[in-house]
Amino acid sequence: MTFSPELEAKFAKMVQQYPQGRQKGALIPMLLFAQDEVGAVTPDVIAEVARRLSVKPVEVEEVIGYYTMLTKEPRGKHHIQICTNVSCMLTGGEELFAHACKKLGIGNKQKTADGQFSLEETECLGACSWAPAMLVNYDFHFAITPEKLDQLIDSLKKTQ
Amino acid sequence: MADPITLTINGRALQVPAGTLVIEAAKKHGIEIPAFCYYEGFTLQAACRMCLVEVEKMGKLQPACTLPAAEGMVVLTESPKVVDARKGMLEFLLTNHPLDCPVCDKGGECELQDMVFRYGAGESRFVEIKHHENEKQWSPAVYYDPARCILCYRCVRVCDEGLGVGALGLTHRGVHAEITPSHGDHLECDECGWCIDVCPVGALTSGTYRYKSRPWEMNYAGTVCTHCSNGCKTTLSVRNGEVIRANNRDRSGINGEFLCVKGRFGFDFVHSEERLQAPLLRKDGKLEPVSWSEALAAVAAKFGEVKARGGKFGVIGSTRTTNEENYFLQKFARQGLGTANIDHHRSGDVVTLLDALKGKTDALATVGDLYTTKAALVIGSDLSQQHPLLAVQLRADYRHHQSSTYVVTPGEVREDQYAAKSVRAKAGEELAAVEALREDLSKHESLVILFSDAIKGEAVGKLVAFGDSLGAAVKYVCLQDYSNSRGAMDMGLLPDLGPGYHAAPAAGMSMDQMLAAKDLDVLWVVGANPLENTALASESAFVVVQDLFLTETAGRADVVLPAASAYEKTGTVTNVCGEVQRLKQGPKVMGVKSDLEIMGLLAKELGLSLGIWTADKVFEEIRKTVHGYNVALPVIATGGAAQTTPVNGGVPVTVRPELIRSAGDTLFTSGTLGRYSKMLQGVMEAPGELYKR
Repeated sequence: MTFSPELEAKFAKMVQQYPQGRQKGALIPMLLFAQDEVGAVTPDVIAEVARRLSVKPVEVEEVIGYYTMLTKEPRGKHHIQICTNVSCMLTGGEELFAHACKKLGIGNKQKTADGQFSLEETECLGACSWAPAMLVNYDFHFAITPEKLDQLIDSLKKTQ
Repeated sequence: MADPITLTINGRALQVPAGTLVIEAAKKHGIEIPAFCYYEGFTLQAACRMCLVEVEKMGKLQPACTLPAAEGMVVLTESPKVVDARKGMLEFLLTNHPLDCPVCDKGGECELQDMVFRYGAGESRFVEIKHHENEKQWSPAVYYDPARCILCYRCVRVCDEGLGVGALGLTHRGVHAEITPSHGDHLECDECGWCIDVCPVGALTSGTYRYKSRPWEMNYAGTVCTHCSNGCKTTLSVRNGEVIRANNRDRSGINGEFLCVKGRFGFDFVHSEERLQAPLLRKDGKLEPVSWSEALAAVAAKFGEVKARGGKFGVIGSTRTTNEENYFLQKFARQGLGTANIDHHRSGDVVTLLDALKGKTDALATVGDLYTTKAALVIGSDLSQQHPLLAVQLRADYRHHQSSTYVVTPGEVREDQYAAKSVRAKAGEELAAVEALREDLSKHESLVILFSDAIKGEAVGKLVAFGDSLGAAVKYVCLQDYSNSRGAMDMGLLPDLGPGYHAAPAAGMSMDQMLAAKDLDVLWVVGANPLENTALASESAFVVVQDLFLTETAGRADVVLPAASAYEKTGTVTNVCGEVQRLKQGPKVMGVKSDLEIMGLLAKELGLSLGIWTADKVFEEIRKTVHGYNVALPVIATGGAAQTTPVNGGVPVTVRPELIRSAGDTLFTSGTLGRYSKMLQGVMEAPGELYKR
């Protein structure tokens, strides 16, 4: 399988950044970028990345299983991650997560039927000073309240 | 190795070579340091923390499995602090481990059970519900129960490092962490089951054995695998006369604990419902079950009649029967029937090799040599497919001693993964390709050359001349197909050579000639299937077959005598490296007789005096008369392997290379036997289409 020309160029450069014989160091970034483009780490992606980096497919599986940011199931168009780690928990992160579940009608690591939203409870996002924090795809949102969350989700719905 | 260093373990001063790990130093001197993840011969993991020991002047407890012994080190392996730590570790391991020991396959031989028994983590402070995952079937051979898994990575390492298959990995983390097979929900691998063997708990279980027995309710018979020519020792676990497991956990024998799918799971042909359990006699064109006495009398009458009128006999021996049986068969044929027409399915040119090694001593490699040689050259064989033990040995040699392996094969092979050089050569061009490796090969001080039937006849002599010109200590292995292919040659199942490669009194017909002879009166086939793809030219020939199954050849027979398999008898076999090992009877199958007994009874019926037909007596005769078989009895009597020292050249070679053809069996085929093993038929891997990478 081949990726878009931009991604192919990126991979070609990336592989060179590792010392000879240590190319498998590029495994995680490669999987992340491939996931962003393809939507998930599909069996094809696993086989292709394994082939390019000369690792066994099962080693790729190990990495995917370990890191929660890698997924074999396609996520929603807007992937919402709400932090429930200490600072966020103290400032209402858990309530926020429960609210999001109710609002979207889905639970942790689930996807709405229309494929627009998926939800995930996440560990520390490194934004404790602005807790509670959340992510929509790669965008940060800080000091979230249930009202702000509703607005955000509604605005995302409108942009579809 | 540097000068030995002295360290103190539990108050005992011990001397070990510098660089030895504390766990190994202790083991060497009889002090056990428990460990789950540490496994001799494989990479270090330090994951289980069971081997923590107290070391003077080191603040924290240290893992003995990764700690190299140092001069003056003072180690305590069972101090209260250590014992407390182990008890704690066991409590952690048991947080989610189900206590289903009463039904677990591993119960009674479980390392976790033993440790909990010893350190007594009988009470747990964990009150939470145990995390549970249901067991999974990965293949007909391998089942996985994640809840029992303690994540020691032994299976992952043996599969990756030991075999180069790498079919196992570990996904997820924390309590959710579990071993994952190569293809999501199932395994595609060698199906060797090594992972099951090394599993310290009952997480990986065997398809043939699971939930069938308790380890203490079985009898064990350490015998030799009857499939390929490598001669792995396999210990059969027998319950009520039925084999339900085969492994070699005590690491006795040349293979240590390694077994391939055939050795570990391919024993089920023994209890196949297609086994012949009564003699068959052709009556009115149909094979009908008869009594032994009727069948033997029919054979003896025919043999006697043909012998009396000077008719033409043809005798085809087996590559799976014991040395004793092969020896007795050729004696029966040559002395009893007065025929020189005796042969077997030849799969490697041992004869020419032995002749070409004239004047050399110590030029035949043992299985052990493959682990110590500096370099190896494999010609024309997909080693990991056809000779799995030899492949494992070479790989271990590379892993532990950084040896160099060179490969000359027509296609990709698994040895390419670590080979110093791989050369692709078309059939017939192997010798030229070997010549191109001259410079590389001559760098090494010792070399083992393994060659398949791609090198035969004249080419063998050229190969030996090439070996001589390298200036290294070269040893050879002539690869052959089956468990006693080598023994069949040594015992003189050849038309022109008698036992020990001495010229036979008269030269007879080869197997091909017998099958093509229109005037053949009797064809006697012992444990072979020559008519699988060939028709017998002589339509009037009286065919007698001794076999386990109604093969194509048995189907053409006039009398079929049901024979015992190698697992059901005693005797000796000789492996591909010429190492003699002893079979031990495991299961019993009703109605069959060993080939030796059948031949003995026939001799009696015919009034021939060929000597006593017990395995021990015949072996005694072999030791006295067959060149090289005067092996040390205590070695083989105790389950060891003794290499024969065959003739040193001077073989009257008349071998015709076209008679030598390997059947090309792979990991999942084993000639006729493999067809009757449900396990070998049941695994999904296409023979030969395995991981080449």
